[in-house]
Amino acid sequence: MSSAPGFPQNHAPAIRAEQLCRHYRMGETLIRAVDGVTLNVRTGEFVALLGSSGSGKSSVLNLIAGLDRPTSGSVIVQERDLAQLSREDLARYRLHTVGMVFQSFNLIASMTLAENVELPMRFAEVDREKRGDLAREALARVGLLARVNHRPSELSGGEQQRAALARALINRPQLLLADEPTGNLDSHTGTEIMNMVREFNQQLRMTVVMVTHERALAERYAQRLIFLADGKLVGDDSNSTVAAKAGTHASAEGERR
Amino acid sequence: MKLPDLTELAVRNLRESVLRNSLTTIGISVGVASLVAMLSLGIGLQQPASRRLMKSGLFDTVVVTSRRDLRNFNREEERSGPAPGESRILDEPTRREIERLPNVLEAYPDIRFITELRFEDKPHLTMVAALPPSAQSNDAFDAVQGHFFSTDIAPEVILQKTFAEELLGKTPRVGIDETNVAELAAPLLGKELTMRYAQRETTEAAGSKATNDSSTAPADRSLAGAAYSVVSREQKLKIVGVADLDPESMRGPTRARVFLPLKLAESLHAMQPTDLREISRSANDEPVYSSVSVRVKSPSQIQAVEDTVKKMGFNTFSILDASRSVQQFFKVLDVFLGIFGSLALAVAFIGIVNTLVMAILERRREIGIMKAIGASDGDIRKLFFAEAGAMGVLGGIVGVALGWAIGQVINLGTNIYLKRQSFPPEHFWAVPWWLVAFAVVFSFLVSLAAGLYPAGRAARLDPVQALRYE
Repeated sequence: MSSAPGFPQNHAPAIRAEQLCRHYRMGETLIRAVDGVTLNVRTGEFVALLGSSGSGKSSVLNLIAGLDRPTSGSVIVQERDLAQLSREDLARYRLHTVGMVFQSFNLIASMTLAENVELPMRFAEVDREKRGDLAREALARVGLLARVNHRPSELSGGEQQRAALARALINRPQLLLADEPTGNLDSHTGTEIMNMVREFNQQLRMTVVMVTHERALAERYAQRLIFLADGKLVGDDSNSTVAAKAGTHASAEGERR
Repeated sequence: MKLPDLTELAVRNLRESVLRNSLTTIGISVGVASLVAMLSLGIGLQQPASRRLMKSGLFDTVVVTSRRDLRNFNREEERSGPAPGESRILDEPTRREIERLPNVLEAYPDIRFITELRFEDKPHLTMVAALPPSAQSNDAFDAVQGHFFSTDIAPEVILQKTFAEELLGKTPRVGIDETNVAELAAPLLGKELTMRYAQRETTEAAGSKATNDSSTAPADRSLAGAAYSVVSREQKLKIVGVADLDPESMRGPTRARVFLPLKLAESLHAMQPTDLREISRSANDEPVYSSVSVRVKSPSQIQAVEDTVKKMGFNTFSILDASRSVQQFFKVLDVFLGIFGSLALAVAFIGIVNTLVMAILERRREIGIMKAIGASDGDIRKLFFAEAGAMGVLGGIVGVALGWAIGQVINLGTNIYLKRQSFPPEHFWAVPWWLVAFAVVFSFLVSLAAGLYPAGRAARLDPVQALRYE
């Protein structure tokens, strides 16, 4: 599968955040998890969100994923302002436009890999007959064809994350969001997963936003590094590392600050 | 999400914590079982009672009596309306008037008298009543062995089964309903009975000395034409049928034990108990009746006909009057039993809520994952509804089976007791099909209602928080 039809080929921003804020009230104190972040991510770009824990990088990712709503500001993904969408539309957006992978894999323990991968298709009401083959195909792509009927607990961390990737891509989203995808993996399996993510980014022209606190990893794979601290954007560098440049088609944006 | 997917996921989730969900389902089953048990007890108790009422075959009949009779079924009626002495006489013109009322099929006099019947030279004293030809279509005469009267004037007779037993010299067993009528009828059909009765003969003129061979009725000389004499007569009758009627059933022609065709009975001019009293009134030869049975087109018109006849100045009585209070009693009983039965279901309701709320806490993360990969609030809500509904249907089915089993055990127990007390067996427990369907559907709906709160709560769960939950 390469350059699937329907994927935007232009360099228009896939994600546009304007003065994005997410504040929580925790007892008496107001926590500014995201505090006035403005950024653009172009279609097909591979962006890493970097920062120490509590910097607000996961909160930004959740806002882009439509799992959370901004307190103020806007996130516009493919010309839709997520803050304006109804809960129902937001669910549809998560179902069709976004694929997510997490540090803790988040596979459903009681289901086999095939069932886990099938689950988004159930929500999308894909025909029952097609689902089995599609799930198998997706698991084959991440090298897990032999494991389709295994439960997550019977698999290694790397295998679980590969299954999670297969699930994230099953409804052919344009956006892949990864929250510390290698955080629970050793460096070898981490590399394996990241190679897959890069492959999807380059072959399927998917826009990838990855949250990580490992700068080396980000430099190795991302085309652009965005730094956050205390909920604010503190740095936005186009990555000069050769590895990240390989096969690039998207131009990085200049520093905003 | 589509229904098959929902069901599949719901069943899978229920299987994940088998013990807890089984216990909850058992709770529902016990609730449904108690509801089914209570309601079927109510229905079961009602059935023998209404069966007996139906057997009387009087559901479309109004019995009209004159207020002169001084006996009334209703005290209120006694107080209102004209005094007994001034009220109308129930005679032939009145009968014809009643027969012309709308929705009245026929109005026939109740002719009944106590007399002696000889069978194989043995005398038997019993109540004889006349039956109109229309009685043939009456439910009560459905089970006649032999046949109905060939004509309305034929010298034929139908026996009530206990009288048939008496004729054959069998002692009727108290309370036992299941007499084999065919067995009784076989030796009797076609045999002859001799009926001895007192015939009333109008004597020609006042003052003339009316002499009879048997008995005399002292006539008031001042009332011209009102005198009559009483003659003893005999009439041979052929037994054509034996009826499976309940001797203890309600008032009406079926209370007699021997039945004659109406026209024949009328032609006999048999002395009636009321004749003696009416002698002071009846100035002509028109017969006066103690009561007239009025057949109405359908039971729903009984009330209207009764009201009209009452306005004419007569007392009326119908089985509906008697059964109305009985029906009311059973309705109240059903409601009470239903409430008791529902108590257990209410406890089960709380059980479902508890189980599902626990499931939300346990599966919080799973709900978060589902939402993250695209499940809508509606999908999550439906999933929890499906789980509640599945428990409800399963609990309902098991509950109905359980309730039925309890009923069978109680039936068995009561019948052993009844047998010891030498009462006939009864089915106090009836589980009709509509109750089975009702119980399962009701259990399903109750479970859905119980799922309302947990499902809403699960649907509103914040995915970010849920995903953070370990």
